[in-house]
Amino acid sequence: MAESADRPGDADALPSLEDRRSFLGALLGLGSVFVGGLLSVPLIRFALFPLIRRTTELKSSPVGELNEFSSLAEPALKTIQIEQVDGWRKTISEKAVYVTKDSQGRLRVLSSICPHLGCTVPWNKEKNEFICPCHGATFAPDGSRVSGPSRRGMDTLETSVQDGQLQVRFQYFRQLVSDKEVIG
Amino acid sequence: MHSNKSAPDAAPPARTGFRAWLNHRTGLDDLLRITLDEPIPGGARFAYIFGSGLLFIFISQVITGIFLALYYVPSADHAHTTVAYITKAVTAGSFLRSLHAYGASAMVVVLFLHLSQTYIYGSYKGRRELLWLSGCMLFGLVLAMAFTGYLLPWDQRAYFATAVGTNAVSEVPWIGESIKRMMRGGTEMGTLTISRFFVAHVFFVPALIFALLASHIFLFRKAGAAGPVSEDPYHPKQKAEPFYPRQVLMDLSLTALLIAGLGLLCFFVPMKLGPPANPADAQYIPRPEWYYLPIFQWLKYWHGSAAIVGVLVIPTIIVMAILALPFLDHSVERRPWRRPIAMVAYAFVVLALLGLGLRSQYLDRHDPSVAQQLAKQKNEEDEYARKPFEPELSAASLAAANVTLADPLAAKGKTIFEANSCNACHGDGGVGTAAAPALIGVSAKLSPDQVAELFKHPTAKMTAGGMPPIDLPPDDFKALIAYVESLK
Repeated sequence: MAESADRPGDADALPSLEDRRSFLGALLGLGSVFVGGLLSVPLIRFALFPLIRRTTELKSSPVGELNEFSSLAEPALKTIQIEQVDGWRKTISEKAVYVTKDSQGRLRVLSSICPHLGCTVPWNKEKNEFICPCHGATFAPDGSRVSGPSRRGMDTLETSVQDGQLQVRFQYFRQLVSDKEVIG
Repeated sequence: MHSNKSAPDAAPPARTGFRAWLNHRTGLDDLLRITLDEPIPGGARFAYIFGSGLLFIFISQVITGIFLALYYVPSADHAHTTVAYITKAVTAGSFLRSLHAYGASAMVVVLFLHLSQTYIYGSYKGRRELLWLSGCMLFGLVLAMAFTGYLLPWDQRAYFATAVGTNAVSEVPWIGESIKRMMRGGTEMGTLTISRFFVAHVFFVPALIFALLASHIFLFRKAGAAGPVSEDPYHPKQKAEPFYPRQVLMDLSLTALLIAGLGLLCFFVPMKLGPPANPADAQYIPRPEWYYLPIFQWLKYWHGSAAIVGVLVIPTIIVMAILALPFLDHSVERRPWRRPIAMVAYAFVVLALLGLGLRSQYLDRHDPSVAQQLAKQKNEEDEYARKPFEPELSAASLAAANVTLADPLAAKGKTIFEANSCNACHGDGGVGTAAAPALIGVSAKLSPDQVAELFKHPTAKMTAGGMPPIDLPPDDFKALIAYVESLK
């Protein structure tokens, strides 16, 4: 009885009990691997969900109707609502952005966060410039750098138009560097 | 050249290659031999398949449970959202959650069959007291898993069923109220209840189950398989057949049946998640999961001073009688037809459980107001199940929005804060920037008067940082202070 437990290996002419047991064992092993593999399909799909779908998302926020900005004389301050989806939760926050025009007259949306050290930059109507109250960085109406400690112009945000509405994707950028670099 | 070089005949033929190396390091072959050659007196039978079926479901529960924890959060404000996320958003989430939830029911069913087989076959006899005791404790622990797991989705059904369940405990004299508070983590059901149930469900009870399962299997192998009812429980005499291959195949047939049954059920009738728990819903009629219905119905019959009898005395007697069974019943007789008392007792208990469960169902169906409310609850569940997943609004975004709603003075202050470019240095919502510190939490350190004083006469340090004295009309000044004080 003790010896008979030793299954594979003996290649006798007659199919012994051992051979039948080892054949069945192999069959069962294969079957288990197959069923196990089948059962792990939902587990793998479940765990790899973040690879299959987007789980974090920064939605674009409406800024306003396009025709509202058609006769824009100076940068207009707009408060946008940003919806950020993070798995099963979302955060809605408010941010101030400027709608302005670039040199070719196309609409451009600027972040109001100073690229120098992150203060909120107000529009100065009298001087026709953005002037940061913290360290005096100044920017032209289109957001390009004029003077002061900032190493780049105000950051432009990604825009799109949907059903006549100007949409913007709000992002944060690294401060104190000359190239625009998205954080997070 | 010389024949005496070959291995002696008595030793088992040596393995070669990887298998030999692995066996040398692990002793795997011996382990496999011990497992597979377990002798079964009287041969393999379908009656013995339930134990390994249970083991299979348990392993499935452990695996699906671990995966569900990838997305689940045990707290009153997130539990329901995360389970909704699992069922409505995550790929295969509804299937896995269903597998885990239905698995619990399957566990109870197979456990009942396993216990019945052991009892009817008299397999607890013949020095198997500890084996029986560990089995009974495992039964209790499985019911504890079902009870604790039921609350975790935190929907209406889960919340109210657990509220009733924990309330029933408080009927126990003297210590009942304390046990209830201990279970709930307070006098009311809340977020501490979820934490407690979660820890019990994923750490505490599973650890006990692993330990008891190991001893159950060890004690089973120590005592040996009991064999058919005609076998002597102390000294088996019938010809034994090894566990492998026939018994293994029979066991696997139950496993295959469970996989197919649960798989089809989870795919075609996925487990529903109801609307989130609303403790203020005074109309909700709680109903426990089906396997708790008999107890639920039983508790209805015991009120006031008699409650002790129904909640404590009778259940204790029944549990004690079950636990003491192998100590009381020493006879070698295992054939059911020669054990009339044992069989009548079994039939009585099973019929009583069945009767109580059916009675509960019958009463629900024949009370128009109850039936109507239960139908309404089912409708609400179906309706909620059809809705797409809606992410939960984080606390941070609510705080910002609430300021404008809660206090009109603070709301006015917010516009002043922005109009005077305070946010330029102190950040939007007073979160702070590199140029100036955050204002959030200032109210905890400074009174409104102290804030007003600093606004009028900033300290030297503040002035050096660029903070000017504030000169505003009194009303605006007050509003600004109200806003700064509201930043929490």
